[in-house]
Amino acid sequence: MEGDIAEMGKFIGVGLTAFGMGGAAIGVGTVAGNYLSGALRNPSAAPGQTAMLFIGIAFAEALGIFSFLVALLLMFAV
Amino acid sequence: METEPNGAETGMPQLDFATFPNQLFWLVIALVVIYLILSRVALPRIGTVLAERSGTITNDLAAAEELKTKAAEAEKAYEQALADARAEANKIIDRAKAEMRAELDVAIAKADSEIAAKQEESEKRIAEIRASAQDTVQEVARDTTAAVLSAMGSEADSATIDAAVKARASRGDAA
Amino acid sequence: MAEEIGFVIEPMEQFEVTPLFGGEAVHWYTPTNVTLWLALTVLSVALLMVAASRGRALVPSRVQSMAELTYGFVHQMIEDVTGKDGVRYFPYIMTIFVFILFANLLGLIPWAFTTTSHIAVTAFLALAVFLTVTALGFVLHGLSFLKMFWIEAAPLALRPALAIIELISYFVRPVSHSIRLAGNMMAGHAVLKVFAGFAGALGVASVVPIAGLVAMYAFELLVAVIQAYVFTILTCVYLKDALHPHH
Repeated sequence: MEGDIAEMGKFIGVGLTAFGMGGAAIGVGTVAGNYLSGALRNPSAAPGQTAMLFIGIAFAEALGIFSFLVALLLMFAV
Repeated sequence: METEPNGAETGMPQLDFATFPNQLFWLVIALVVIYLILSRVALPRIGTVLAERSGTITNDLAAAEELKTKAAEAEKAYEQALADARAEANKIIDRAKAEMRAELDVAIAKADSEIAAKQEESEKRIAEIRASAQDTVQEVARDTTAAVLSAMGSEADSATIDAAVKARASRGDAA
Repeated sequence: MAEEIGFVIEPMEQFEVTPLFGGEAVHWYTPTNVTLWLALTVLSVALLMVAASRGRALVPSRVQSMAELTYGFVHQMIEDVTGKDGVRYFPYIMTIFVFILFANLLGLIPWAFTTTSHIAVTAFLALAVFLTVTALGFVLHGLSFLKMFWIEAAPLALRPALAIIELISYFVRPVSHSIRLAGNMMAGHAVLKVFAGFAGALGVASVVPIAGLVAMYAFELLVAVIQAYVFTILTCVYLKDALHPHH
């Protein structure tokens, strides 16, 4: 195994950014789950709120994408 | 990977700023072309097609509604015609019945009058026969009375005998 | 390092911008793979929206009804989010939607180049939306557009803090708007590439990564459509803020 300490640190950092994706997963799950429970309580109101569902998912997911971006930057650009 | 010799291609191609002008140039062209295609040709066309379709659907629905009312009207007219025909038929039947009754009445009346006439005639003849029989009886009685009187030796004139016989006969009639 | 393990995964190689007709230098006018796939995107849009609707049939063919569904979908979205007065901007938003949709979908063709995976492209789109919408807000409402950041429903003491937060979130919009799309596309394609690299290295056992690849591919199809939808609906939301800044 070649490489140096800096490279090791880089890979560790990249691995740590994966936690950010976990956060995004929790966020998306919360949004979708709450939408579903609301939709089951009041199915007639559900179709009108699908747009809000997707917007919420997009916002939650964007933060996960940021962590992915950090990972990519660490991996390939630093 | 950063150990590769060509520095530009090692990292993220997304961060290779040298390619940005190229990408942006072609992107702007693509977007402008798409915008022109959509706004000049596609969207107005699709919009008119959709509007036409909804117009046609509305018209068709209206036409269907109209046809429905027409059908209802036709049915009503049919019912009306049927009822009229039925009433007409009843009227005809009634009239025919009345005519037949009238004819029958006339015929019955005629027959009755004929019967009455015949009866009258018969009665007349019977009366005649009876009268003639009475006359005959009176003549016989007169003759018999005259014969009986002559045989008993008494004489009576024919007028007295006549009166006596007539009185008896009328009494007998009355009895 | 990668060679030692026995297989080479170059997940970022697919995003490289290379000249179409040989040569090394990428000048601003050079026809590159970007040009090719943008041209294909334009072509697909023209095929769907123009050629398919050429018949103007009252009872649409399949392709025509696809075009009509796309039209109705975006039209409905704008009307739902921004209200009736947003419909004026329908062609612009439709342009954004069909461009992103087809760029995403064409990018999923094997060996294709995904134009929307490049931050340059998405940042341009997001900045264009951001600048247009901001300018529109000022043109329509003048300086009272700034009241959007001054939330009158909040207590007076909180308003400056809220204004700063609102302002920051307003300026972060184009960042998240662009990175969301580029990041999603990049991540999906990189993951597909990694799975494909596993499949090349594992021999018989590669059925597992190939199965994963199929599942990922289906998921990426979904993501391609959803990201186009999300980009468009966020554009509509920003447009609504410009049209009706007072909540």
